[in-house]
Amino acid sequence: MSDQAEPVTAAQQIAHLVRRLRIIPTVPVLILLALCLLGVFAPLIAPYSATEGSLRDKLMPPAWVAGGSWTHPLGTDLLGRDILSRLIYGARTSFTVAALAVFFAGTVGTILGLISGYFGGLTDILLMRLTDIALSVPLILMAIILVAALGTSFTNVILVIVLLLWPRYARQVRGETLSIKERDFVALARIANCSHIRIIWRHIFPNVIPTLLVLVTLQAGYVVLLESTLSFLGVGIPPSTPAWGLMIAEGRTIIDSAWWVAMWPGLSILFMVLSGNLLGDWLRDRLDPTLKQV
Amino acid sequence: MRRYILGRAVQSLVCLLVVSFVVFYAARLTGDPTILLLSEMATKEDAARLKAHLGLDKPILVQYGLFLSHAVRGDLGESTRVHRPVIDVLLARFPASLQLGSVAIAISLLIALPIGVYSAAKRGSFFDLVGRMFAVLGQALPLFWLGLVLMLIFAVWLGVVPAAGRGGIRHLILPAVTMGWATTAAIMRLTRSAMLEVLDSEYVKLARIKGVPEWKVVWKHGLKNALLPVVTFSVLLFAEMIAGAVVTETVFAWPGVGQLLISSVFYRDFPMVQGTVLLLSALFVAGNFTVDILYAYLNPKIRYRQ
Repeated sequence: MSDQAEPVTAAQQIAHLVRRLRIIPTVPVLILLALCLLGVFAPLIAPYSATEGSLRDKLMPPAWVAGGSWTHPLGTDLLGRDILSRLIYGARTSFTVAALAVFFAGTVGTILGLISGYFGGLTDILLMRLTDIALSVPLILMAIILVAALGTSFTNVILVIVLLLWPRYARQVRGETLSIKERDFVALARIANCSHIRIIWRHIFPNVIPTLLVLVTLQAGYVVLLESTLSFLGVGIPPSTPAWGLMIAEGRTIIDSAWWVAMWPGLSILFMVLSGNLLGDWLRDRLDPTLKQV
Repeated sequence: MRRYILGRAVQSLVCLLVVSFVVFYAARLTGDPTILLLSEMATKEDAARLKAHLGLDKPILVQYGLFLSHAVRGDLGESTRVHRPVIDVLLARFPASLQLGSVAIAISLLIALPIGVYSAAKRGSFFDLVGRMFAVLGQALPLFWLGLVLMLIFAVWLGVVPAAGRGGIRHLILPAVTMGWATTAAIMRLTRSAMLEVLDSEYVKLARIKGVPEWKVVWKHGLKNALLPVVTFSVLLFAEMIAGAVVTETVFAWPGVGQLLISSVFYRDFPMVQGTVLLLSALFVAGNFTVDILYAYLNPKIRYRQ
């Protein structure tokens, strides 16, 4: 097989991306990086356990409020657990759910989108009808009933989110594939007797990467919001795990006496999602201006 | 146009079937109901007889058919918590949700449309910058947290409105603003980008050349055409609204359908959960279908296509 028929490989495409991305939005990237590091090294950084506290210290206000102390800078919750430590572990939960959900949804969606766009015909019609239906189903209701039936667990939340997200990837990738497969280098690859799998993997997939990158960044923030909403409603992460949505649910009932329990996790979600969205918007403007509201 | 509407109707129907099957099948995922209903003394024959009585020995598709025919006639089973027909409880709760929802939509449109249009007309101005920041912030705010913060500031600290429950107009303010927020940012963004495109088009330039006053160009020629792309995103907006209703009603203990859904999940009242999801999904699909027809009517490209 000749190399002429391969205008870009995945590695070249990535190098090309890095070159185009040199000026990056500093603040959102720093925030995301910091949250990511906090999540990864949570056991080393967190000053206290995230799941155990002493009831003697329950509902201590933040350090700068009367009655607070620097032993628990952001205060403690109903069970006397250190809120700062729970926030740090919560970052871990949010990142894990977002990464796994987006990875699996992206993989399934991309594979189906590539197949659908490349082969066309009946496969394409069936797959696109399927995404039509999947996209016009009320997401949150399906998530609630599935988790209500299956029970709350880490795996179930991710499973439900993947089920809900894959069609968007399939749609977008299929659209890209349709136009890429008409280009000359694909025709040349065909003449060079490349197999279908090779054409899809070596010639079409690398050209879909920019779009995928934008979609992944924009959806990661959405997944964090979705997961925290489900957890808040009691149909997400199981109550024993430190998760931001759950912390807000715990703070809801005592909002009139201990506002700090719900305040910090909410701000954390806001900062994480906002940074993700800003980065995604910027990536979209740089890489794929045709991709509008996703 | 006829073909378009027919296609949309078929799709809505399939969508409803899929949703109802998920709702029906979810009950099977919770486990064998005969284990809960029978005493420990029961024999295998007893279990078989109970299964036959409940229709659980029939093939799954037959069971689904029965479920569907009951549901269509309004028989959604009986709540295991309050021991009343699910449909009665739902109908009693519905007006509260409708009231909150309509006020929230009104607030959302009243804020989002003017700001979106004005932002696009004065592109790059200070107003545009603030508007865009507002929209970006809006899409990143967790709604349930926003509700709590509003409650904390205006009900707990300032004490100007009640914190929760349903009553007079004052009870409505915080939940309506919270729920309205869910769609405000999205509509604002959509309106702005649609307006920018429209204002750049040939017919707007022609209107300007003809000497049509600028306000008329923007608000009549512009907005009328910019609304069309906004309408296409109504599926997403409806979805946000349903999620917004469930979350807002839970935060403010608003006695509507959304709060019923979450409390039923909490109390393991599965028939109630099924009934609520089915009703809300049907409304969602019906709403989308209505907007599709509206879209066909508004869009001459579809209206005149044979």
